[in-house]
Amino acid sequence: MDTETASRPSRNGHHADGDRFAGAPRARAARAARDRDRETEDGPRSRNPLERLIGAIAGGARGRVPTADLDERDPDFIRESLPAQWLLASLWFRGEVRGLGNVPEQGAVLLVGNHSGGNVSPDSLVFTLAFSTYFGVERRLHQLAHNLVLSMPGLGFLRKYGTVAASPENAARALESGAAVLVYPGGDHEVHRPSWEGNKVNFAGRRGFVRLALEHDVPIVPVVSIGGQETALFLGRGEGLARTLMLDRLFRLKVLPLSIAVPWGLNVGDFLGHVPLPAKITVEVLPAIHLRDRFGPKPDVDEVYDHVTTTMQETLDALAEERRLPIIG
Amino acid sequence: MRVGAAIDVAAPPALVWEFVTDPARYLHFMNGITRWEVTTEQDRGLGARYRTLMRVGSAEVGGLVEIVECDERRDLAWTSVTGIDQRGRWRLRELGTGARTRVELRIQYGVAGSGIFGWLAEQVAAPAVRENLRRSLQELRRQAEHEQARAAAATRRAAAQR
Repeated sequence: MDTETASRPSRNGHHADGDRFAGAPRARAARAARDRDRETEDGPRSRNPLERLIGAIAGGARGRVPTADLDERDPDFIRESLPAQWLLASLWFRGEVRGLGNVPEQGAVLLVGNHSGGNVSPDSLVFTLAFSTYFGVERRLHQLAHNLVLSMPGLGFLRKYGTVAASPENAARALESGAAVLVYPGGDHEVHRPSWEGNKVNFAGRRGFVRLALEHDVPIVPVVSIGGQETALFLGRGEGLARTLMLDRLFRLKVLPLSIAVPWGLNVGDFLGHVPLPAKITVEVLPAIHLRDRFGPKPDVDEVYDHVTTTMQETLDALAEERRLPIIG
Repeated sequence: MRVGAAIDVAAPPALVWEFVTDPARYLHFMNGITRWEVTTEQDRGLGARYRTLMRVGSAEVGGLVEIVECDERRDLAWTSVTGIDQRGRWRLRELGTGARTRVELRIQYGVAGSGIFGWLAEQVAAPAVRENLRRSLQELRRQAEHEQARAAAATRRAAAQR
């Protein structure tokens, strides 16, 4: 899942009732500025035929992404699927979530997680289940996911869980509605890191989540998970291969990961997912960071980014020390 | 799915009733319960609401519950308002001369509309929930009998001083 929300504009998130949640004039102005930027980017800047062709295909790919509509989240559907999620999380992943009491009881909050497990990411399952049972399905939780994830056939049901395409507009809309929003800034870069880097937080310098939290004045709650990178043997991101095949231009995919996974053996791209090994997933939710209380009225984005990633890495190190064996936990 | 457990306590129903109606005591004797928080102005009796959570497997499960039956020193029942569907009941019955109490705790839980996975999850969770109830009753007995013994000692000392 790519949840780098603020770095790349896209066409997603525009729909007729888009202004329903747009409360803050500042946020509206920022959105208008991004709209102008997008018009520039999507405009006829490509000169040669190849670039024009790529632009057209990319536009088509983005066009197929379902328009984000927060009302697509269906609490009854989530509630009815809790038992199935619980079975999977409890029996297969032996999930353990600590510190949910650190999430503020009410109001919008930006949950920032490290992401693991390739395209079948167990940390999302374990955390969203725990969140839903702890706070109740009545509390809105939206996750941001890569455009392609939501446009894949058969994955449309994710929208019922509150998953929306990753874009600054959708994230803003979700926060303005008062929801808890779960983002994975590392996105596809982090989720496909090699297994031997499994215990490293790697947001690839993406700071969009900090700007998002500042723009909407919401607390950041770090969510640290471990175990996801043990659900297959991840060999590498294949960034060079992705560039060569122009996947970054066509589908916003910066990686073409390689892994050894059930049932495929050598798994290139992980497009069809895989059967994750039953690694124990532990998630720790850290205390909320109220940015302006902690960093003053005008927080420095780099300073906040460093603080969040350092805190998360320290927690991940501690969780790693608790583990005796890979997969077993 | 309904699970239950029962135990005999060497204390009168009035004393046990004090335990099961006082929300502040729940975290001290209920095994697996991670939250039992009053959300209404009245903290006990008919209409009182609590936010409850019990750790089962990988999640803390529960929701908002409301007391719907309160038969003094005999029955206390609640039902869920939000969260998973649940009904619970404390059933106290006097034994013999009144110095002992039969205590029964029942919980019925599930998620309506969850189909086969719901049924399966209920079966898988049942042993853990049952074990939580069993240990809770054991702890309740320990605490209630301790309090009963302390009260008896105080009575004896007062009588001796007279």
